[in-house]
Amino acid sequence: MAPVDIQIGRRPGVNTDPATQGGYQDHPPRMGFFTDTSVCIGCKACEVACKEWNAIPEDGLVFTGMSMDNSQGLGASTWRHVAFIEQRKPIAARDPGVQHDGDGDFRWLMASDVCKHCTHAACLDVCPTGSLFRTEFGTVVVQEDICNGCGYCIPACPYGVIDQRKGDGRAWKCTLCYDRLSVGQEPACAKNCPTNSIQFGPLDELRERADARLARLHEAGVTEARLYGRDPHDGVGGDGAFFLLLDEPEVYGLPPDPVVTTRDLPSMWKHVAAAAVTLIGGALAAFAAGRRIS
Amino acid sequence: MTELQQATGSSSDVTKDGLRGVHPDRDALTGVATGKSSRLRGRQRDGAPTVPDAEFTSYYGLPVINSPVWSSPDIPGYLFLGGLAGAASLLGAGAQVTGRPALDRVSKTGAFAAGALSLVGLVHDLGRPSRFLNMLRVFKVTSPMSVGSWLLSAYVPLTGIAAASALSGRLPKIGTTATAASALLGPAVASYTAALISDTAVPAWHDGYPEMPFVFVGSGASAAGGLGLLAAPLSQSAPARAMAVFGVGTELASFERMERRIGMTAEPYSQGRAGMYVRASKVLAVVGLAGAVLGRRSRVASALSGAALLASSAATRWGIFHAGMQSAKDPKYTVIPQRERIKGKQ
Repeated sequence: MAPVDIQIGRRPGVNTDPATQGGYQDHPPRMGFFTDTSVCIGCKACEVACKEWNAIPEDGLVFTGMSMDNSQGLGASTWRHVAFIEQRKPIAARDPGVQHDGDGDFRWLMASDVCKHCTHAACLDVCPTGSLFRTEFGTVVVQEDICNGCGYCIPACPYGVIDQRKGDGRAWKCTLCYDRLSVGQEPACAKNCPTNSIQFGPLDELRERADARLARLHEAGVTEARLYGRDPHDGVGGDGAFFLLLDEPEVYGLPPDPVVTTRDLPSMWKHVAAAAVTLIGGALAAFAAGRRIS
Repeated sequence: MTELQQATGSSSDVTKDGLRGVHPDRDALTGVATGKSSRLRGRQRDGAPTVPDAEFTSYYGLPVINSPVWSSPDIPGYLFLGGLAGAASLLGAGAQVTGRPALDRVSKTGAFAAGALSLVGLVHDLGRPSRFLNMLRVFKVTSPMSVGSWLLSAYVPLTGIAAASALSGRLPKIGTTATAASALLGPAVASYTAALISDTAVPAWHDGYPEMPFVFVGSGASAAGGLGLLAAPLSQSAPARAMAVFGVGTELASFERMERRIGMTAEPYSQGRAGMYVRASKVLAVVGLAGAVLGRRSRVASALSGAALLASSAATRWGIFHAGMQSAKDPKYTVIPQRERIKGKQ
């Protein structure tokens, strides 16, 4: 990585490869996750596998009362989080081959959330130490030996993924198992997913697979199915880890229209410059006025 | 029917080995219409919603974004002191040029003390303070904190030299050079923190980015003016008074414009703890301004007004800090504006 990064004002929506943008000449294809929540059974094998493989410390064993969810959301020590949503919406009657009385008026959504490894990653942009970096796989990783715990990445993330580990002080998040990828292995969560809800592979392939899956579900009448983070023209330039959802994103705790905050940074700097000049003008005026008064 | 189905009387395709004949795996179809759900589909064709439309939805009311881990007093203090220092450097340089030695000393000492303390606040807030120097590993324009770290690293020593020279009267040439350099960097120090907080996904901070730098320099100018009124004699404090008038005017006008423009995201600025600080800030600003103008012939009234202006500037920063925290913790400030943005695109 270049020591001086003066890249600013990249236009989101311009489909560029993040590893190439990050300065890699020769690199493997961009890797990612396609999490198909329509086949998630809420077993939490991904949460467990992630904790085990990455040696993440325990961060609270509590009963939340939020359906079967006890990890609540992504954070410094939860890199995969399975959301459980109980809804008064009919779906049970439509399960093929299962007998029910009536239509049923209850459905249970489960979804395994993870770092999105954005094309335009705000956490990476705002990191002042260069601890967060873009890997050759196009993923975003924190270097724990460099992070000084300034915490800037945390409110920068539009998804609420990265967080500071209490007692440790540094910021932590999913690495897309950078260590496993480097030796040709798939990430621990995908490896352990019993229903293939978590699919790992080159992002191009995953997008094709997701499109086919979505078409099949729509054809079968599951009109509420939609892809989230698939579009390279969205506010973050598309996610390296994207999802098939069965309801609005916010139902799962995801932002409906996330935008990388640094998209507005060039304009912010312009306003800062204008304000700085205003302050100089104010000071000059103050001394001009002061001369008249005294 | 197969033999097994006849034997068990079951016509289900579900067996203990999974669906009969297939392991659907990643191709399993959830909620597929099997013909039994014609009534349901009929309902959908009618367009009747299955649940009433809520104003907004969230996951158990939990926030969408993770709240900043920045703490008070470190970070609001850092914002306040940076503004005070930056504007005081301008006041100190002007005082030197126009021959106001007491205002010169007060402003330069204030700029150095505030600059150094703001750096202390920044370092103290780090999860790993011993690694502060990692801030200087790289220079990134995409990170206002990186820009700010470099800026402060140059600015604080310069203010130290300027203050030492002004207080001791020694090395006047070096002192003057340091004064000029710190006066050039001061406005950047007073304003970059606005980009720092706005360059986040925190709704109340991000949405206010066009006005925030003006609020910050206004707040900085009123604090520096306040310091001059508090500590410099009446005979030399006229520019400080004028600086305070400029500062309060800029801050109040920009704040008002921001609140009006950003709509619902502005709510936290008038609610809860943030609202308390913002209201206190406005009252103190008006009181301080009135005292500074009307009490310009009284040393005591000027000093009290100066103290009120300093307190007002600090309250502004605490208010903005807490408004950001409050807007991060409530998912509605993330979800509703994004929903409206989607609606606007369609």
